[in-house]
This record gives sequence, structure tokens and C-alpha cells, in this order.
Amino acid sequence: MTTPVLYDVQGPRGRRRVLIASIVGALALLAVLALAARRLAANGQFDYAKYKPFFTEPQLYRRLQDGLENTLHAAVYAMALAAVLGVLLAFGRLSRRRVIRLPVIAVIEFFRGVPLLLLIFALFLAYPLVVGTDLPALWALVLALTLYNGAVIAEIIRAGVLSIPKGQTEAAYAIGLSRGQTLRMVLLPQAVRVMLPALISQLVVLLKDTSLGFVIGFSELLRTGGQLVQVLRNPLQLYLAVALIYIVINSCLSGLAGYVEGRQRHTSGRTPVAPTQVETGMGVL
Amino acid sequence: MKDVLDNLDVFVKGFRTTVSLTLLATIGALLLGTLIATMRVSPIPPLRWAGAAYVRLVRNTPLTVVFFLVVFGLPEVDVKLPFFRFAVLALSIYTAAFVAEAVRSGINSVAPGQAEASRSIGMTFGQTLRLVVLPQAFANIVPPLASVFIALLKNTSIASAFFVFEGIQAMNQLINAHGDAVLAIIAASALGYLVLALVSAFLFSLLERAVSAGRR
Repeated sequence: MTTPVLYDVQGPRGRRRVLIASIVGALALLAVLALAARRLAANGQFDYAKYKPFFTEPQLYRRLQDGLENTLHAAVYAMALAAVLGVLLAFGRLSRRRVIRLPVIAVIEFFRGVPLLLLIFALFLAYPLVVGTDLPALWALVLALTLYNGAVIAEIIRAGVLSIPKGQTEAAYAIGLSRGQTLRMVLLPQAVRVMLPALISQLVVLLKDTSLGFVIGFSELLRTGGQLVQVLRNPLQLYLAVALIYIVINSCLSGLAGYVEGRQRHTSGRTPVAPTQVETGMGVL
Repeated sequence: MKDVLDNLDVFVKGFRTTVSLTLLATIGALLLGTLIATMRVSPIPPLRWAGAAYVRLVRNTPLTVVFFLVVFGLPEVDVKLPFFRFAVLALSIYTAAFVAEAVRSGINSVAPGQAEASRSIGMTFGQTLRLVVLPQAFANIVPPLASVFIALLKNTSIASAFFVFEGIQAMNQLINAHGDAVLAIIAASALGYLVLALVSAFLFSLLERAVSAGRR
């Protein structure tokens, strides 16, 4: 909101009132924080011993770096595979043949409706029974992420394809392209462009979800933090540090999504479909 | 298959906890989320900043990390609760950020003329929001809230890692006891979540139709 419509531009008295309310509001927020800080201090959470490892243990940063690398590996593999799966499922979902479309709808709805944690456990526990060899934790995580995010990306791409003006399809048919060619050469490239902000936002979701790898013993960032806690005994400080790493990376990605969206609105004149407006269903979180 | 049917009571117990986690966290997230959305559109800068900071920080943190911070952080400010309540709190705190975004975009989607008209007849910020804007925004808020709710339903599964006996823990307990029926047990709990998700999607579609019925 650039211009406030919910309240008037204040006159002198209104400005004074807002100033007073600002001071009171700020003081109230600070009071809550101060209260929490006092309790934390009373429980020894501000003791130097709790922060000492951050300054004296270079090993700590090396471990966290290893964890972060594993997190990023899982995220990159999963995103690449999910993009491929997503395009395939989107094609199937948009197919005119019912024998293709209906099963694909069922697959998409299944993977979107089941918790990711259940998919991870299912792959981790069922794979050895079916195939006979163990599935490494990394791949159980990557495959589960691929199945879930592939289904979500398929819906994002479908929404993108449906948002392309009908004239594009008609023009493609008019010059003699088949339906498959139209989809592949005309609609998909435009859909991906329109949906780029939503796809980048999905990357944030995916990156956050890699933290579920800790339940099957995959040493990603969060689990590494947990292992360090066992030795250093400062859970609050370490988990805050881990949270900070996630927040920095994800803020950059969210910022990128916002930037791309703003640029599209600027250049194309057509309002792009904002990530929040897309019916990506459960993919929001 | 027999192992699943024989242990239906374990599943029922687990999924009952899943449902109550979902419903309690929904109430918490709706209250907190609406409060934060109100702060974000208010004329008072510090409250706006605080609301924006909350949404930004929480949205970019994995729910698992929120769980760890709640479980290890709250006892340090002398809030010691059973794990079930910690789980409700963590889910509420996380989901509130998404509720706030849904409410805020709903508020922004109401035609500016509505708020201008209510201001011109002398309504205050609170009256404008409460009597004019929020009732109209509600119809636009329901569809995104439906996806937030279903995501919350699935997210309750993370509580299984924090000693809450819900759907996933029921599944894991049965798998440990009946190693020969792993596939059937996993399929049964997947079915449990699917049924819950489909039922809530259906209920939300009814609600959506109800709130949009009176409007053009």
C-alpha cells in the first residue's frame, strides 16, 4: 500500500496523536522484549559461556558450513528433479485425453495432500523392502521433496499456461502447429516466464523443507546444529544462529522473487499472477 | 492389511490428536494473524514495522526450527508446558505469518472507495477496518485461508518429532511392532491424511460459496 486509504492523511492534531500512539506502541513492544530479556538473563542465557563457542571454536563454523552445504545440495537436486517432474505432470494435467489427465490429477492431488514427512518416511522405510538395498538419507529426502514439489510446480505451470491469452494458442494453430508443439513451443516458455516469481517462492518452501531431513538422520544444517548442541549445551543460541542462516538465504530468494515480479509488471504491462494469488493450493507453506 | 485393521484404534488415537492440533493451532493462528495484519495496515509506524518484521522472519524460518526455538526457548523465559501445548504454540506462531499475509492481501483487495467513503462519513481507523473493510475482505480471505489450513493440517506431522502422539507417530509405532506390514501401514496413514485434507477442502468450498453468495 503506497497511499494509506484506511486512515486520513493526518492534520496537526492527528499527527500528534499518531506520535503519542507510536511512542506508547514502541514502549509496549520494548516492555515485552525487556520482560523476556530479564527472564532470559535470570536463567543465565546471557552468560558469556553460552556465546563463547562462537568466538573460540572455529570448528563450529566448519560444521555449520558442512551442514549448510548438505542442505543446499539436497535443495538443488530436488529443485532440478522437481522442475522436470513438474513440467511432465503439467503436460499430463493439460492433456485432452482423459486416460492421461485423470491419473495425473490423482497423482498430483495425492502428493499435495500427504505430509512431506510421511513421504520421507515412506521412501526411507519402504524402499529397502521393495528394492532390497538401503536408500541413502540424502536421496530419501531429495525424492520426497521431488514428488511433493513436482506436484506443486505442475499446478503452478498449469495456472501459468491457463493465464496466457487465448490468441497465442489460436495463432499457433493457425500456422499449423500441433497441440503438443503449441504447448511446448508457445505456451510453456511464456507460462514459465509469467510464473517465475511463484517458482522462486516455491524454492524458498523447498529449502525450508530440507530441514525435515533431520528425522531420518541426514546431516543437514538443522541436524548439524542439533549435534553441536549436544556438545556445547547452548541450544537457544545455536538454534537462533541456524534460524538466522535460513532467514538470510530465504530473504534473498524472496527478495529475488519480488524483484522479478516487479520487473515483469513494469515491462509487460500485463499484471503477472502474483505468487500469493495463484491457486497453488497447499504449496503455500 | 490385517495388521492395519487390528490396530485401527491406534490410528484413531493418533489422528484424533492430529485433528485437535490442527483446530487449536487454527484458532491461535487466526487470532495472532489477524492482530499482525491489523498492525501492518495501522497508521502507527512502530506497529507496522513490528508486524512486517514478524511476517518476514517467521515466513523465512523452517517450521522445524520454530519448533526447536519454542521447545528450547520458552522454558528459558519460564514458560514450561507439555509438548502438546508447545506444538500448538509453534504451529500457531508459524501459521500466523501466513494468515497475516492472507488477511492483508484481502484487505488490500477491497476497493479503496469503500475505505474513503467510510472515512468521509467520519469513521475512525478501527471503525473503518471493523465495520466496512474486514467484512468485505472476508470473501477474498477464505480461499487463501483454505490452503493455509490444509498446509497446517499436514504440518502437524512435524509434532511427531517432538513427542506428540499424532498420525505419524501412530504410523511409526505400528511399523516398529509389525515389520512385515510396513507398506500397508504407510498406505493407511497416507489415506488418513488424504481423507482429512479432502474433507477440509470440501468444507472450505462450502464456506467459499456461502461467503460469496451475497456478493456480485
